[in-house]
Amino acid sequence: MKYISNTPPEQKKMLQEIGVEEISDLFQAIPENIRFDRSFDIPEALSELELMDLVQEKAEKNLDLSKFDSYLGAGSYDHYIPAIIDHLILRSEFYTAYTPYQAELSQGTLQAMYEYQSMICELTGMGISNASLLDGASALGEAVIMARRQTRNSRVLLPKTVHPAYRNVAQTYGEPHGVEFLDVPLQGGQLNLDSLTEELDDDTAALVVQYPNFYGSLEEMEKIAELLDNQKKTMLIVVANPIALGLLTPPGEFGADIVVGEGQPLGNGVNYGGPNLGYMAIKDDRRLLRQLPGRLVGKTEDVEGEIGYVMTMQTREQHIRRGKATSNICTNQALNALMAAIYLATMGKEGIQEVANQCYQKTRYLITRLAEIEGVEVVNQENHFNEFWLKIDSPGISLEEVEQKMCEKDILAGVNLTEMTDQEGLLVCVTEKKTRQDLDNYVRSLEVVLND
Amino acid sequence: MTEALIKEYSSPGRKGYSLPELDVPEENPGERLPEGTIRKEAVELPEVSEVDVVRHFTSLSNMNYGVDSGIYPLGSCTMKYNPKINEDVARIPNLANIHPHQKEKYVQGSLEILYELKQYLAEISGMDEVSLQPASGAHGEYVGLMIIRKYFEKQGEERTKVIVPDSAHGTNPASATMAGFDVVEIESNERGMVDLDSLREAVDDDVAALMLTNPNTLGIFEKDICEIQQIIHDAGGLLYYDGANMNAVLGYARPGDMEFDVIHYNLHKTFSTPHGGGGPGSGPVAVKDRLAPYLPAPLLKKEGSEYYWDYDRPDTMGKVHAFHGNYGVMLRAYAYIRTAGGEGLKEITENAVLNANYMKHKLKDTYELPFASDSLHEFVLSGSRQKTDGITTANIAKRLLDYEQYAPTIYFPLIVKEAMMVEPTETENLRSLDRFIETMKIISREIEEEPELVENAPHNTVVRKLDEAKAARNPDLRW
Repeated sequence: MKYISNTPPEQKKMLQEIGVEEISDLFQAIPENIRFDRSFDIPEALSELELMDLVQEKAEKNLDLSKFDSYLGAGSYDHYIPAIIDHLILRSEFYTAYTPYQAELSQGTLQAMYEYQSMICELTGMGISNASLLDGASALGEAVIMARRQTRNSRVLLPKTVHPAYRNVAQTYGEPHGVEFLDVPLQGGQLNLDSLTEELDDDTAALVVQYPNFYGSLEEMEKIAELLDNQKKTMLIVVANPIALGLLTPPGEFGADIVVGEGQPLGNGVNYGGPNLGYMAIKDDRRLLRQLPGRLVGKTEDVEGEIGYVMTMQTREQHIRRGKATSNICTNQALNALMAAIYLATMGKEGIQEVANQCYQKTRYLITRLAEIEGVEVVNQENHFNEFWLKIDSPGISLEEVEQKMCEKDILAGVNLTEMTDQEGLLVCVTEKKTRQDLDNYVRSLEVVLND
Repeated sequence: MTEALIKEYSSPGRKGYSLPELDVPEENPGERLPEGTIRKEAVELPEVSEVDVVRHFTSLSNMNYGVDSGIYPLGSCTMKYNPKINEDVARIPNLANIHPHQKEKYVQGSLEILYELKQYLAEISGMDEVSLQPASGAHGEYVGLMIIRKYFEKQGEERTKVIVPDSAHGTNPASATMAGFDVVEIESNERGMVDLDSLREAVDDDVAALMLTNPNTLGIFEKDICEIQQIIHDAGGLLYYDGANMNAVLGYARPGDMEFDVIHYNLHKTFSTPHGGGGPGSGPVAVKDRLAPYLPAPLLKKEGSEYYWDYDRPDTMGKVHAFHGNYGVMLRAYAYIRTAGGEGLKEITENAVLNANYMKHKLKDTYELPFASDSLHEFVLSGSRQKTDGITTANIAKRLLDYEQYAPTIYFPLIVKEAMMVEPTETENLRSLDRFIETMKIISREIEEEPELVENAPHNTVVRKLDEAKAARNPDLRW
């Protein structure tokens, strides 16, 4: 299937109208010496039935999350997704549209984005949200460049407690702009406050804090806020898990200048890590607003005074400002932002709190039960949201063996930290989808694995 | 009918979700967590029922327009039909419900699909190695330019400039800035193509690359591409291909054969994945062998019959996404390429070019066609002939909406006054093309006979013409 509807006689009629003989005559502008003169080495066309057989066959080679009890997180989270989300985004007026350049015929997308922006602001305690960026990590990259521009300073403190992939992406984004990244080391599962105090100076453009951090702990946000109170020139960038904000104090209350993060936990599936959505919210500051990357939707009215929505402040953007734009972003993750908006509306005031609370309580329960096992230590056993750092100190068994043996019991025990950091252990994630039975089974299985 | 905001449906205590009862002991989280980290007040989100949410978003969808609603001739956006089977493919549970931290051995099926997709993309473009990580076209441009940056760094050369034609997409100069380059803009010639003299003048030892869209944003193939590449390569620079217009050349010409060094694709354009109201897209990057070491990490590889992510890439430009890019979009593009087949891809391009040329031919007497050179999959008209004190291209676009058709890209490229950039794509049939052509002619007549009808358009949309100036002057960006 090529989804071409014109028949050969119609094509012929069109060619006659144009005044050429063959379709290939329309390609005469392409010089002969660079013409592609063979067929693509790509298999022949498949029918729908053949295509489905083919991809099903490949899909069978995967073992998806339904085959396991998964405790994987570290930036991609398996939360409950209300059934209505997929049904609503399959309304093709949403998903087959593009960027709402013609506002009057795109009010659905525009109003949904305005609602998304509003709910992100509510969640983060910030004044302004854009209409999404590409993912959480690139959103941090954009935030770093923004702080560099805004402050004209180049030092950015990027603690080791920030997700390693986010650190990597931020460094990629910052490097061409002369950003100098400084580590703040770990202390237990938190960033070392003394080192932070030492490193902060007048030339520091920004401090990045992940909340909860990569290892699952909450940083001392009040103390950090106090430190930055005395360091007015330094911007506070918080990378926040949006689900956690159902329970936690919004970063806005700690004086965050920019809050970014991965919006995937809000009603988007794990999908092997994409498409996700980066969210970005800033404090209500006109000067900072002019530096904001990405689309923004604003409320306005039509000639008859009827309320309507448009893309606004576009002079920040590449299609107007070209080389002087605040970012190169054009296509964003609008459909994923729509999913997040539907999720936030569906869960609502009570639901977001309940999800966050269940995540916390179930994580708490698993940590408490794990304390019963010998040779197991939870580094951040008192300080966590829905992830924790599990260390295993059991003679005769390596971390890899633990992972493998848990797998044999159909449990994905956690993300192996040695693959991503210079630390050892497993990063274990618990969401509201877990039952007490699952958690008890995790403990029992680990006990068996360690004592085998 | 407009639609209230979702929060206006809110009623205290109303719920639209259900979760299992908490089955573990409950503690007060504030007892253990650092001081001040528990929220004092609940998040002010709406309190609505499931029916409220469904009706609200259904109403919003009814106020929208997509490819499934009708022609969507946005130039350079390639708004072709999005096959439904591809949506089903992306939703196969074994493919969708996998976690990015699962070990490679559990996701071999998906990696096989991605690897084959890489091979097809390389074959289509004549390039050697592909990274699927960039999540959009602009993201791809950025990665491509960072590869170029890294390459020169390794060569010990300091090259600071990137040349961009004035007809280029705004993302090109913006990406160059993001990658730390200075942008040098060169003017197009009277035929709408790169002016070779201007190019020669702009080229020096500081030039790292020329970014080129071919065919360009006028839909015109840069005939002088061989001379262009010679000029750039002779000066030690590299050639970057913006794949936004690749739908014009499938099976006819490949950027690799035109000696481009780095390219990006737009899977959401050429390869039919839905645009989602603004995204997600996917912008894979491909390079010639000598630039492969600089591709983002990790890179998908195959050894024997096993697929794996290669993280050992010491010269990489870095990383631009937390995981592997927009995987769900890649699944759809894979399905598209397999259903089209190698031969089918060429036919797709042929029909895209035929449709555009038919429309151009039928409209060129009514609207000015400033660059008459042969164009491929899109063409640019000007509303300058229709322009009066009260009427501009923007009004023509708004009037199209009254006829329930989406408008072309307007005021772009910047080198055409009152520009209307039209790209019908191959999935429109003759009837739909004729309807659009007829509507454009009617609007032109209306401008002569009943100008106020066009001036005050749109009339039939859910809201009338919106005040953009007011929105920008007093930003109201949230409730």
